Amino acid sequence: MSIEDFDPIRIRKDFPALDQTVHGKPLAYLDNAATSQKPRAVLDVLSEYYEKDNANVHRGIHELSRRATVAFEAAREKVASWINAPSAAECVWTRGTTEAINLVATAWGLDHVGKGDEILISVMEHHSNIVPWQLLAARTGATLKYIEIDDEGRLVLDGLESLLTERTKIVSISDVSNSLGTINPVKKIVDASRAVGAIVMVDGAQGVVHTKVDVQDLGCDFYAFGGHKMCGPTGVGVLWGRLELLEAMSPFQGGGEMIQIVGRDQSSWAAVPHKFEAGTPNIAGAIGLGAAVDYLSKIGTKAISMHENEIMAYAMEQLSLIPGLRIFGPSSLEDRSAVISFTMGDAHPHDISTILDTEGVAIRAGHHCAQLVMKHFGVPATARASFYLYSTREDVDRLVKGLDQVAAIFG
Amino acid sequence: METPQLSSLYQQLILEHYRNPRNKGELEEKTVEIHMANPVCGDEIRLQLRIEGNRIEDVKFLGSGCSISQASVSMMTIRLKGSSIDQADELAKRFTDMMHGDESAVKEKSLGDLRALQGVSKFPVRIKCALLGFDALQEALKKEAGVVEEGAT
Ligand SMILES: Cc1ncc(COP(=O)(O)O)c(C=O)c1O
Repeated sequence: MSIEDFDPIRIRKDFPALDQTVHGKPLAYLDNAATSQKPRAVLDVLSEYYEKDNANVHRGIHELSRRATVAFEAAREKVASWINAPSAAECVWTRGTTEAINLVATAWGLDHVGKGDEILISVMEHHSNIVPWQLLAARTGATLKYIEIDDEGRLVLDGLESLLTERTKIVSISDVSNSLGTINPVKKIVDASRAVGAIVMVDGAQGVVHTKVDVQDLGCDFYAFGGHKMCGPTGVGVLWGRLELLEAMSPFQGGGEMIQIVGRDQSSWAAVPHKFEAGTPNIAGAIGLGAAVDYLSKIGTKAISMHENEIMAYAMEQLSLIPGLRIFGPSSLEDRSAVISFTMGDAHPHDISTILDTEGVAIRAGHHCAQLVMKHFGVPATARASFYLYSTREDVDRLVKGLDQVAAIFG
Repeated sequence: METPQLSSLYQQLILEHYRNPRNKGELEEKTVEIHMANPVCGDEIRLQLRIEGNRIEDVKFLGSGCSISQASVSMMTIRLKGSSIDQADELAKRFTDMMHGDESAVKEKSLGDLRALQGVSKFPVRIKCALLGFDALQEALKKEAGVVEEGAT
């Protein structure tokens, strides 16, 4: 779809959940950074799968199993091309971003990180890109180091060279922050990490939603993302990894599907990606995520991100007019994606969210799984509005109107 | 779901306690302290009590969070000061009843300012906020009872 043809009003019709009232008001769904709504195209594929093709994959000779396997593997091809992976074999199905990061921290980490080694992450990471590394550090005796953030919520990269040493084994960083919306210069971090021989993992939970991701261009070693923030079902995600790394890695979990031959004492592993897919996978979820990729591809990432940027610019402008409202994250629009974290006077974000909810406006309030970010800014929580392809100026106006109510009660 | 009225939630008395919390600060000579957090939203409090014999001689709290959690703790401390353990127990019970929709609790004088929080019961996702302080209180009483028992043997 060309950018001129992009029409959010028409797109909204594809999303059944958007067409409802909440507390008597039409829903303005602005919690997309937590999870997106699902288009009819994805919902149909899910029920069609269960109604017609439901069978276990890679395990049967019968027709239904064949169909399920074909659809499951076709979905893998789709997600591979979505991030421009060199081959679908490099895309491992996981439960989501969290499991993908845990997979690397465990299966790669335990074999390659030892006492005195270093792991580098940043203060702006989601808890799912912090805690797995803390666990790894505790198990191995490695040290966890942090890239700091500045007062606009950008990574402080000035001293990056001194944070990276020959002991740095892995660097794990998000391409887009879920709490601040900051777009990080991943390529720069990859280059600097390469210079000391460190592996680079990217937490792409948000990046894959708002930008066109090309893992080959990024130059990273691992890229993790989930389906549910990009129109896909919950419970399915992808770990992309360089083939030679995946092949050299130990398995993550043991079970069916991931083996070649099982003996009494030892077993041998299936080829990648199946080596990392123990047990019956989320078959419907994977097929649903494939359908989400089809849906988004038809509309076009470029058109979507242009639309999101326009809505965000409008929201930034409108919100900055509200007395007492403080916006976190980069002030320049080029450096932020469609997420706006804010506080308002002494109204706690929780109270803001309750008041907006009665107006039918859904936002997130809390620490956004980024307690280190909250600590950096000295706030216990923020309110967060996040936009997607179906967001409209009207949604923003409704948000602003709701915030008038907050001012009326707390002002 | 029927739309609950915001005005029943954000009563002036609640906002007043939120802005001017009573008994906030560090308690010297506390006998028990409980740290309680709600991981969903990050609300947290540290409730400190000085219990002598069967009486709560003094109480203070530290913490941060939404208007509901902070007002609720503030109001609670007023009722606790000088009350017996049994009365504190009963207060927690009656307040919890009120949060779960028991209308008769509202008429109870013993709840004091806490009655202003009745509207919270209409906002299911906020009930946890209102109960944060009482959860800490119940933990504290349990801990204190444990200490007494241990001491007795
Ligand atoms: C930046 C970032 N990383 C990781 C995650 C974790 O994703 P999930 O909970 O879907 O595994 C999220 C989403 O909540 C996120 O925004």
